[in-house]
Amino acid sequence: MQSQQINKEPSTIDVNDSLLDVKGLKTYFYMRHGKTAKAVDDVSFSINKGETVALVGESGSGKSITSLSIMRLIQSPPGKIVEGSIKLEGKELLALSENEMSKVRGNEIGMIFQEPMTSLDPVFTIGSQIVESLMKHKMMKKKEAYKQAIELLKIVGFARAEKIVKEFPHQLSGGMRQRVMIAIALSCNPKLLIADEPTTALDVTIQAQILNLMVDMKERFGSSVLLITHDLGVVAEVANRVLVMYGGQIVEEAPVKDLFMDAKHPYTEALLESIPNIDEDVERLESIPGTVPPAHNFPQGCRFADRCKYVMDICREENPKLIEHNSNRKVRCFLYKEEGGFLSGG
Amino acid sequence: MGDKEKLLEIRNLKKYFPIKKGLIKGRGNQVKAVDDVSFNIYKGETLGIVGESGSGKSTLGRMIVRLMDATEGEIVFEGTNIEHLGTRQMGAFRKEIQMVFQDPFASLNPRMRVGQLIGEPIAIQKTFNKKERAEKIIDILGKVGLTAEAITKFPHEFSGGQRQRIGIARALTMNPKFIAADEPVSALDVSVQSQVLNLMQDLQDELNLTYLFISHDLSVVKHISDRVGVMYLGRIVEIGPKKNIYDNPMHPYTQALLSSIPVTNFDGKREKIYLKGEPPSPSDPPKGCAFHTRCPNAFNRCRIERPELILHDDGQSVACHLYSAPFTNV
Repeated sequence: MQSQQINKEPSTIDVNDSLLDVKGLKTYFYMRHGKTAKAVDDVSFSINKGETVALVGESGSGKSITSLSIMRLIQSPPGKIVEGSIKLEGKELLALSENEMSKVRGNEIGMIFQEPMTSLDPVFTIGSQIVESLMKHKMMKKKEAYKQAIELLKIVGFARAEKIVKEFPHQLSGGMRQRVMIAIALSCNPKLLIADEPTTALDVTIQAQILNLMVDMKERFGSSVLLITHDLGVVAEVANRVLVMYGGQIVEEAPVKDLFMDAKHPYTEALLESIPNIDEDVERLESIPGTVPPAHNFPQGCRFADRCKYVMDICREENPKLIEHNSNRKVRCFLYKEEGGFLSGG
Repeated sequence: MGDKEKLLEIRNLKKYFPIKKGLIKGRGNQVKAVDDVSFNIYKGETLGIVGESGSGKSTLGRMIVRLMDATEGEIVFEGTNIEHLGTRQMGAFRKEIQMVFQDPFASLNPRMRVGQLIGEPIAIQKTFNKKERAEKIIDILGKVGLTAEAITKFPHEFSGGQRQRIGIARALTMNPKFIAADEPVSALDVSVQSQVLNLMQDLQDELNLTYLFISHDLSVVKHISDRVGVMYLGRIVEIGPKKNIYDNPMHPYTQALLSSIPVTNFDGKREKIYLKGEPPSPSDPPKGCAFHTRCPNAFNRCRIERPELILHDDGQSVACHLYSAPFTNV
């Protein structure tokens, strides 16, 4: 139903500048007691070439499951991609065999995770982990790969890269490990870089370094980035476009500046008002009452209805659709009618 | 600020941890987690302590509530030095000084019901009978926005925000004067963070509490604090009224820290100061000013002499040679 919003342009052009197209993605988890957790429930979005798109949401919103679905790293059972399509440059990822998919991972899609300690193997040196990736994906000879590994470490800012290749992950600090992860992710020059909370475990001064590095690397390698985060500050810093997720669905989509200047969805609005802003003084923060509903027990109507200050009768009966709003924005809320209409309550 | 009544005085507090030989290579034989820290906490205020991981802020908090013994120094609570007090003598002060922990998932015993969790401190004090105790528990739960139904439930039945409310309720049972909160909202989702921050502010007004609020999140600390102290490698590098610290940071580290915060403001994007490298290890801190290895303004003196925390205008103190007289006067 909601896919019509994407069909605005003829598909030929669409393929040209969009890198990733996710349509109607549903990833469910079948739990032991017979319940179904709709972790990702009808999610559609696209990422253009060279673009940084942020996927924002609280824990349990489905943002990480969305990224894992794109990589096809959902553990099954209990999880399953039930429906939908994920196209990378027109190639349907959901139709690939596991073997083919493992070539896409690392080669065409690189990943950076939140905790660089657990994503690096503690028993191998930094160098051998980068070399492995280069030999596997780029078919390089060992010697060549080793040289390239040192080169990559220099690019991500290690002055003494020749030493770092011989060190083990535990000898590095969190920020340094995250640099190594970025080096590994970029080693194959991926078209899409998925960064899942890349700076959450880091201190602010280190976070600034890593974000800066990510922006530099993105420009240097021309890759697109899907940034998954709960930190709206990070989003404002690096993203071009933002997708806000709540209860397994996208509730708002907007260019980054528009989102921060003029949030449409009541959830986005409340979220922005509930974070203390370093440049503003407020006596009291807005807060959103209640908590995120669990994925196995979403309310019948709008998933935000119970916490929304503008809630209307219809919100409890029917889940609103994600509708287009001023050509470049989308919002899932009954307060808005198609094309810029604002009903009431605001 | 000067005429305000002091609740707590921290004098030259130090905490050194010995390093086991053979396990970790290191030239030094101890980690100076907190190294000669002095400041006051005034009645009714919230003092925020910010710093990055390894700066010693949590160790400082734990020493102040006496969960950990200091290596050296004094903690003066309402005129009494409580640092050297033994378990028994400390008893009278325990109820005045409470702590709220970071992880509401780990700090509540999963096998105890909420009523027991909150009621335990009251039971130990033996001042109430069973019925009064039950009333008191309901009263406290009400204060933190939970209903009496919670009493018979276990911690796992609550969400993160509710658990942190339980943690706060537990700290409140003894009617404390002072609460040290170590990263109380860091583990919570953003939409829930503000609920807990608002609750803490309400309780402060209602019960006339004094807070030590420890966090790595500069925006949160700015929101809740009256005064702010900035820690780096076990020392306070700058401390003063919130407005001064945030509007006119003097120490280069504070300046860099503030500029590193990602902002959601698109009009006045601030100039970023990117610090080189990582904080040095506290087991082998640099000589002189601990920050000189990353400081964009470092000069010769910084590498030799450690700057003292010196009071400048308006209650703002800073430990930096950029602001000290050519020779130090203590």
